[in-house]
Amino acid sequence: MKEIHIDKIRETVYDALLQINCELSNDVSEALLEGMKKEESEVGKSIFEDIVKNNNLAKEKQIPICQDTGMVVAFVNLGQDVHVVGGNISWAINQALKDAYKDGYFRKSVVSDPIERKNSMDNVPAVIHYDIVDGDEIEILLTAKGFGSENMSRLKMLKPSEGEKGVVDFVTETVSLAGPNACPPLFIGIGIGGTMEKAALLSKQALLRNANELNTDPYYADLEKKLLDRLNKLGIGPMGLGGRTTVLGVNIMTYPTHIAGLPVAVNICCHVNRHIKVKV
Amino acid sequence: MKEIIVDLPLDEDVISSLKAGDRVLLNGTIYTARDAAHKKMVEEMEKGRPLPIDIKNQTIYYAGPCPAKPGDIIGSIGPTTAGRMDSYAPRLIEKGLKGMIGKGERDDAVIDAMRKHKAVYFGAVGGAGALLKESVVSAEVVAYEELGTEAIRRLKVEGFPAVVIIDSSGENLYKTQAKKYKRTLED
Repeated sequence: MKEIHIDKIRETVYDALLQINCELSNDVSEALLEGMKKEESEVGKSIFEDIVKNNNLAKEKQIPICQDTGMVVAFVNLGQDVHVVGGNISWAINQALKDAYKDGYFRKSVVSDPIERKNSMDNVPAVIHYDIVDGDEIEILLTAKGFGSENMSRLKMLKPSEGEKGVVDFVTETVSLAGPNACPPLFIGIGIGGTMEKAALLSKQALLRNANELNTDPYYADLEKKLLDRLNKLGIGPMGLGGRTTVLGVNIMTYPTHIAGLPVAVNICCHVNRHIKVKV
Repeated sequence: MKEIIVDLPLDEDVISSLKAGDRVLLNGTIYTARDAAHKKMVEEMEKGRPLPIDIKNQTIYYAGPCPAKPGDIIGSIGPTTAGRMDSYAPRLIEKGLKGMIGKGERDDAVIDAMRKHKAVYFGAVGGAGALLKESVVSAEVVAYEELGTEAIRRLKVEGFPAVVIIDSSGENLYKTQAKKYKRTLED
């Protein structure tokens, strides 16, 4: 059986976290440039220019794009033919997180208890999800999720009779309510189906997909395009100051569900959509 | 669009001249404070204790910066969502707070207090922390150091770019602008 030492996982996650906080992935950078071309509002255009200037500055100086360097979420796809050695995999991920946030001079935004609210001062722990997959590799998808947009995310258990229209209306209402608070232009991750927690997980995984990658099912690919078009009619615009580009990307992920239910989760991400997929 | 240079602390004439939609460059002293510092300040007031900073005529920036890299004054520092401070802001406005910098909507109680006591709410570009950091020329923690990034810091800024979102008459830029670009949504 193939052995992978936790030090290798630790190094890979450390490098990835240093990178995503200072440099956007190509799909997100490209979506921003596309959005800038489409924007008609003068104020909106100038905000796009500031965003691009900010992102270039962050990359050049290797400083965080946004001061909210987020709460780290990891989706670990563990190949079933891998034997992890040297210690605990969650420990390795959290240790990498702690080191990256210290060495990168990133903000520590995690409180150890949701009610008592004392800062853990090291941004630990990450939210880690595991899946067992075929093969002898470990694939890790990472995001450093900002909370301005996380706070505007919503979930609803629709009635099956509400169908596509119910989904479209709920997504539209959610983006509308988010308004300027979530730092538009936005990326929208939508999870449809499964159970309550499965829909929420899918919506986060949808945000981790490349922003320009349509769903492989033509029906959902079409729904993604329709939603993008519809949401950009809301007029919210960059920073909520009016414009054509409220949303830069819509990604949908689905799962079979129960005869009685239609769960829908909408996870909102600001324009600083930090994500990466790494292999160990 | 031309930017208006605004010196801080804000004086009455400047406050009444600023209108929603004005683009400004702020010069002078601002204080950072966000959720935890606001909670503490309001608790001090409820106990009848003095605030750790004199907020009369001052401007609060809703922000929690990244740590400064060696040789830097401060780390990335963009605005946080102002609405989370809505339950505290009217108390501070009554005490003389004149300016707030953040992003996102404010509630009616805040806007009423702003109108009554003449205060201004500025918006800065959310997510542009690396760019906004450039206009900070000095920074020091002045209270609640134990809160880490949420401590109150006194910053000197030069040419800090912002937009007047809600002016002292209660005019709200978010309400007027999105309407201009809104299109009918077919069912």
